[in-house]
Order: sequence, then C-alpha cells, then structure tokens
Amino acid sequence: MTTPLTPPPKKNPLKRSLTPTSPPGVRSRATLGLTAAAAEGRFMLQTCAECGTVQYPPRDACCKCLSVDLPWKDISPTGTLLAESTVRTSTNLYFRERAPWRLGSVQLDAGPTIICHVHGDVAPKSRVILSNRLDRSGQGVMMALPEQRTPDMEDDPELRAMSSDPKHRRVLITDARNPNAPTLAKALHDAGATMIFVGEAESWLPNPQRDALTAIPGVEIMALDVTDTTSVKELAGEIGGKLDILINNAQFVRPGGAMARGDVGFAQDEMEVNYFGLMRLAQAFGPGMCSRTADGVNSAVAWVNILSAYALVNSADYGCFSASNAAAYSLSQNLRNDFRASGLRVMNVFVGPTEDDWHQELPPPKVLPPAVARSVVQGLKDGLEDVYCGDVAKDMIERFRAGPKILEREMTKGQQG
Amino acid sequence: MTRPRQSYEGVALVAPVSIPYQRYSIETAHWWIARALRGSLDAAGLKPADLDGFSVASFTLFPDTAVGLTQHLGLSPRWLDHIPMGGASGVISLRKAARAVQSGDADIVACVSGDTNHIDSFRALLSSFSRFAMDASYPYGFGGPNANFALLTDRYMHEYGATREDFGRIAVAQRDNALKNPGALMKKPLTLQQYIDARPIADPIALFDCVMPCAGSEAFLVMTVDEAQKRGLRYATIEGAIERHNAHASDPIQLRGGWTVDIDELYNQAQCAPTDIDLLQTYDDYPVISMMQIEDLGFCSKGGAPDFVRNHDLTITGNFPHNTSGGQLSAGQAGAAGGFIGLVEAIRQVTGFAGPTQVAGATRAMVSGFGMINYDRGVCSSAAILKGGAA
Repeated sequence: MTTPLTPPPKKNPLKRSLTPTSPPGVRSRATLGLTAAAAEGRFMLQTCAECGTVQYPPRDACCKCLSVDLPWKDISPTGTLLAESTVRTSTNLYFRERAPWRLGSVQLDAGPTIICHVHGDVAPKSRVILSNRLDRSGQGVMMALPEQRTPDMEDDPELRAMSSDPKHRRVLITDARNPNAPTLAKALHDAGATMIFVGEAESWLPNPQRDALTAIPGVEIMALDVTDTTSVKELAGEIGGKLDILINNAQFVRPGGAMARGDVGFAQDEMEVNYFGLMRLAQAFGPGMCSRTADGVNSAVAWVNILSAYALVNSADYGCFSASNAAAYSLSQNLRNDFRASGLRVMNVFVGPTEDDWHQELPPPKVLPPAVARSVVQGLKDGLEDVYCGDVAKDMIERFRAGPKILEREMTKGQQG
Repeated sequence: MTRPRQSYEGVALVAPVSIPYQRYSIETAHWWIARALRGSLDAAGLKPADLDGFSVASFTLFPDTAVGLTQHLGLSPRWLDHIPMGGASGVISLRKAARAVQSGDADIVACVSGDTNHIDSFRALLSSFSRFAMDASYPYGFGGPNANFALLTDRYMHEYGATREDFGRIAVAQRDNALKNPGALMKKPLTLQQYIDARPIADPIALFDCVMPCAGSEAFLVMTVDEAQKRGLRYATIEGAIERHNAHASDPIQLRGGWTVDIDELYNQAQCAPTDIDLLQTYDDYPVISMMQIEDLGFCSKGGAPDFVRNHDLTITGNFPHNTSGGQLSAGQAGAAGGFIGLVEAIRQVTGFAGPTQVAGATRAMVSGFGMINYDRGVCSSAAILKGGAA
C-alpha cells in the first residue's frame, strides 16, 4: 500500500535546491502520437486502418500488412503484468536521483506488449490498467495502475512524478474578482493545497467575493494587478520562491468584433489583461518556478491558463476577445518551450461561454464556476496539458480536429446567418 | 518450402586472435580493430595487401563504417561488409565471409570486431541505440539492457522455477574459466555466496549477472581449406551455421530465441547431435540468455536449463565445458566484440590453440550469438558448429 505523503518540513535555506533534471525526452515523430493523447488524458495506440492491428512501439508502417495508414485510436487500457523489475542504478541523472524505480512489461488485452512504469500498489503478475501520462520531459509514457483504486494511490512517488497534484502544494490564483475564484480556491483546498494566494487588483474597491474567499482555510488575499508590471514583480518577490502552481484566471471580456467597435480601447484592455498579463506573470514568476521543479514534495509543478475556447477559433460575437485569447494561447505554447527543460507543465483549460453578465445574450449551455474548478483540479491530478471545460469547448475542439477551415466557415456566417 | 542450405565445405577459419580487454581505453575503435587485424595477419604470416575481403562489426566507429576503415587502414578489398548485429555478429560475419570465399568473390577475408570504451561512452551508446529503445524503453527508468534482461529473467524464473542459485552456477563456472585466461578482466575468484550477496542492480539482476563494458577486439581469417593447407595453418571448418531475425514476434515476452526455428537444420547440416558437441560458447550478456540457448540449441527441453546447470559442470575440465574463456560475464563485454568472443575462442579450441583454457580432446564446438535489444527482446540470433581440421 502507498505510504501517504506527509506535509514537507520547512525548507532549510542553507541547503542547495536540486537542479531539475529530466527523463529521456527524445522521441520519433510517430511516438509523439502518444504524447498528444497523454496531453488530454487519453489512452490511444496506432491502429492499422487496413488490417486493424494494434501496434506498439509506434511505427511508420503496420508490422502485419505494411500499410502506412496508421490512425491513433482509443484502446482498452486493460492488461496483465507479465514481468517487473526495480531499477536501482541508472546512468540517467533523473532516474538515478529517484531510484529505486519500478517498471514492468504489460501485455495489453488489445495485443501488444508495453514496457511501462509500475505503480507501487500493483501486485506481481496481476491485472492492471495502463494510464498514458506526461512525464517531466513532457512526453507521453505508460504507467500500470492497480485495477481497483487503492488508498492514497496518488501519493505513489512514480505517479506523483507524472502528475501536477495540488496536495501539499502552494497555489496562486491571479484574480480574486473573477466569479470562479471562490469555487476554485475551495476546490484546491479540498484537493490538499496548503496555501492559496489569491491576487486582487485595486484593493480599495469593494470585492463582494472577499468574505467567501477568506473563509476558505489557507487563502490569503494578495495585491496583484496583472496589467501593472511593478505589482506583478512585487508579488513575485514576496511569494515567488514558494509558489508551486500558478493559475491565471484573470480575464477581460467585452462583446464585439472590430467592426462593432469604434476604436481599439476595449481591445487594448483585453490584450493588457489576457495577453500581456500572462506575459508579465511568466516573466516575473516563470524563472523562480522553473528553478524549483525538483524541490521535493512541494516542488513547483504547473502553470495553468484559463482560456476561452474561442482561442481555437474566432467567435464573431466576441471577435476581439477571441483574438486576445488566441494571442494568449500562442504565448502559452511559447512558454511550454521555455519551461520544457525544467519540467514545469503548462496546462491550458479551454472554457466555453460562462454564465455571467458579459455572455448574457448567448444561449445555453454555459459554464458555471464549479465546472471550471473541477476541470482545473482534475487536470492537475491527471497531469494534463490540455483540458476542455464545458460542452461548447468540447464541441469546438472536436469540430476543430475534424477540419479547422470548416469550423472557421461555420463560425463566420456573416449577416445572412 | 525453402531449399536446403548448401554446405560450407572447403572453407577454413584460421588465425583466431583476441586483444586483451581493458575496462577503459583512451584509444579509438579504429585502434583496437587495427591491432586485432594485425594480430590475425601476423598469426597467418600475411601482409595487409594479401587481404581481399574485410568484414567489420563495431558500435563506436562513428562517424566511420567499414568504408572509412579501408582508407584508414590502407586496405583495398574486393569484398567489404559491415555487420551491425551486436551479439550475433560473429557467426553472421562468418556466414557471409564463408560464402564470399566459396563463390570466389574473395580469397582471404578478415572478420574483425572491436570497440573502445571511454568514460561515459556506454551511456552515450545507450541513448542512441535504437529508435524503439529511445521511444519505448529508455524513458522507463533508463536501466539500459540491465532493465530489459531483468524483465526477461523475472518472467523466466516465474515460468520455469529458476532460482538465483541456478543463474549463479553459470556465473561462478565462467569465473573459474576466466581465471585461466590471462586476457580476462576479472581476476578474482567468485563464490556462489558472493554471487547471491551481490549488490542489486535491477531486480532480480544483481552485480554478477551483468557484464562489464570494456574495450577490446577479436579477429579471425576466412580462406579456402586449400589455401590454409598450402600455408601450413591449423584451421577449423564450418559444419553448419544459421541465423534468424525477429522470430516469434507474437510471443508476449521473450522466453525463446530464433534458434528454435532453425536448430534442426543446423544439426542436420552438421550431421551430428547435441551429444556430439564437445564444448558450447553461448552469448552470455546475462545468465538467463545462456540458459535460453542451452534449451533452444537442444541440450535440454524448454524450461530444463535450471536443472541442466544443477547437474552439469560447466568449467573447462567439466562434463559440459561452457564459455571456456570466461565469456563476457568474466572476460568483459567489448561492444560488438562480445559477438565474437565465443567464436574466436571456439576456433582456438578446435584448432588446439586455446592454451590455458584448452578443453582436452575438443574437436567439435558449438557457438551461438544473440543480439540487439531493439525494444523488449533480442532480435538477432545465430549459431554455428565448428570442427577442427588437419593442418
């Protein structure tokens, strides 16, 4: 049984923080299909379009019929652990520092044999469920989990190394005025986060959510205005060295595209918050978090952007807001590159239209704060990179994958409807 | 139906040479290969210009191949080969060279393997070993071959009831043999208790299950029997030889190798049975693989190797001489030369050149190769039966 994690002791400032190291991160292009599936928590394998053979490791041709038509399909993740080992010495620094490391060979019911990480609660030669996870090099890897949940199973050191679990970690939520802030803070507290800093701009103005926030254990309201470089830097100086998860929920939204507006005023506000705000946060908090990704139980682990699903494709009614989110999405990809070496994970949560005044004219379904909170916390626990929250966001990504140009044409109907 | 294989009649193996291994070397693979080639030519009384065929196996020549070596070493062969098959490369190099000599494509072929071992070069080699390893095995603990063979060993123990002591018997007997081989890296005796108590590496693999990566080289020459007799050289003949790649691909985990596909043909070609074999050289990167070969080459039934090693003495003077030079487990693994060590020793044995490791009355030897853990199993297998010829 997994030994539950205990709250980490206060850090000794004289001790050297471990420099982050990575597991092997080079993959063939074919194998990046595994990574793409892991980014959204799916278990997929190459399946030959001609003869149906499920194969692994990923190849450039079918090992049964030589077809090169090899789409990735969702596959049943059940199998049997045939053999296992515990590696006690490795020439790779990442595993050397984390030895002993359990691994095994699993025969999937779907056919192929898969070398995988093995959870500590898996019994020898037993039935397992394979989970496709991102490791700290940001690549998809397989991990065998017990068929039935076990107590504290998320505290297994190998599983925790793949996740961004908030348990025992310290979080910053950037905007206390966003309607989702109290629910988000509560969900993080319930998930075991020890300190939850919540940024608040213009603290002299009333914030009707203040009482709800401060009622949550661990919550501390901090002055933070993402449109003000000095404010962001000051907060980073104060808490940047002990921040494990940053959740950027700051958002400025107004309806209208370029032609509906007479000037660039609102668009500038949207860019200031949604795009430059993210950049300011990254420049102030990114380096410190990246240096602390190997810092024990409460190491820096994830950077979360709550984006509009309209980042994927422009929504005419919110044309300029969509553009600012597309900019933020693009910047998040740049951050993935810059955070890659440290293992700090960038998770984007794409949210459909929310139930608030600025989306009043839209028909349902709309996303309520509990759904956002659930998506964020579950995404962190599963170590995801991309999460689609709400029916509209899920519909959007499905249609995007089927054909981005078709989706664009659907979304830009013009006056004739 | 496949056609019957042609015999290797008329082909002679001469001038077996092993350059003593070193744990680390500041020299290059080119240097090690040159020394073995020179040693083999000297033993046969030949000059480099007498060679017209050249076959090379090496992991650490990069960016060179056999092509670069011709200019580097001043050779001008009319037949050239590069064998990237690791532990199976010796017998495969032999098979190809023998056919070249039989057909007249070459008169004298040098088969050479060699690798260097710099500090950290083993880690570098692992990182770029194969695409499947990079994609699907090294990201899982980066245990290298230790972890792969640990998985096979774990399953083998589970299936056939092998114990650590059984594997230990192989390692201990080989250490005993190695103490008689002045070129072996390991110089201290090994007891079964020391084997059992060794530091764990990747359970159930412990320190003495693992080979020591090192630098070294091996070589021999292939020519016609007429040529060997004309030059007064003691030679070995090839009674039969097989290779197989990616056999039993649908086995979920490797408990048998490609030998099982071709073994009957091998004995048929050699017109002999397992009981006629005087000594066996298996590819011993881990004891479990030697056990697999003892089974798949027909010395006992599948799963019978643990019992077989309990009931046989595997030392030079024993009733089943096995890996008489100490094998890789005790002499060291010099990269691709690990695919030659057993073959070169087998040629020495049947030609009476083995000196301190000589098995009395050895006339027929079997040597087998196993190579390339591309993902979860060894893909290449090879085997040959050699016989001593008159000088």
